[in-house]
Amino acid sequence: MNPLAGCLLVSALLFSVGLAGALTRRSAILVLAGIELMLNAANLNFIAFWRYGTHIHSAADPMTGLIFVIFSIAVAAAEAAVGLALILAIYRHARTSDVSEMTELQG
Amino acid sequence: MTLRRLVHCALALTVAFAGLAALYLNLGAEFAGLAQLLVYVGAIAILIVFAILLTRGGEGGEERSFSPASLAGTAIALAVFAVLAWAVETSGVAHPAALPPTPENTMREIGLALMQRYVLPLEVIALMLTAAMIGAVILALREKRSPMVDGAAAESPGLSGR
Repeated sequence: MNPLAGCLLVSALLFSVGLAGALTRRSAILVLAGIELMLNAANLNFIAFWRYGTHIHSAADPMTGLIFVIFSIAVAAAEAAVGLALILAIYRHARTSDVSEMTELQG
Repeated sequence: MTLRRLVHCALALTVAFAGLAALYLNLGAEFAGLAQLLVYVGAIAILIVFAILLTRGGEGGEERSFSPASLAGTAIALAVFAVLAWAVETSGVAHPAALPPTPENTMREIGLALMQRYVLPLEVIALMLTAAMIGAVILALREKRSPMVDGAAAESPGLSGR
């Protein structure tokens, strides 16, 4: 199999697993983990296209994909820190980390 | 994602992140692979384990339930994977005729690009990391004792310089 197509398939699988986790699990921490997995799938796509794409021969900056992945990793770190702090605050407030029990705003 | 206990899920997630880092290294992106290893395996996995510990989610685990919502979620994820796989298999972009050669000396080019063309995004991301760290500390310390909030806000810039 073509390595680019293989990377894209692995990335699609990662995204689907993350999506399934974010949609089906009821623990807020695992929902966040699923979101992280989906973000990683996007990063893998960036790396794969940076490595195997046809942009290298064009006039665009050849480092764009890699730089984007580095910034994306930094954003993911910030997002995980804030998300887990939010989960802790909600847990302290509602004594649960189960997203199906957080129904205070339900109309 | 299908394991019952949260701690096992966190361990599986760490293994998945490490595998991704190995894949990045295999693809020739040394810097991204090592950053992935440091940030995800080193920091985010620890954060998740700490969150599980502090929310006491590791006890017992959630019971297995095949509710209509979880079945629908699984079906949606499977459909998304089917569409993505079909798109990859049928697109011409994913099957180039010739593969480009391995890029060389990328570490030096990353440094040059970060210092020349991408200086402004670098500064913005540093500012955002600092703000996120302060926000996380304030969020995690709130509702305990209100005088602690001022102390946390005053000392968190020192913490965020990791």
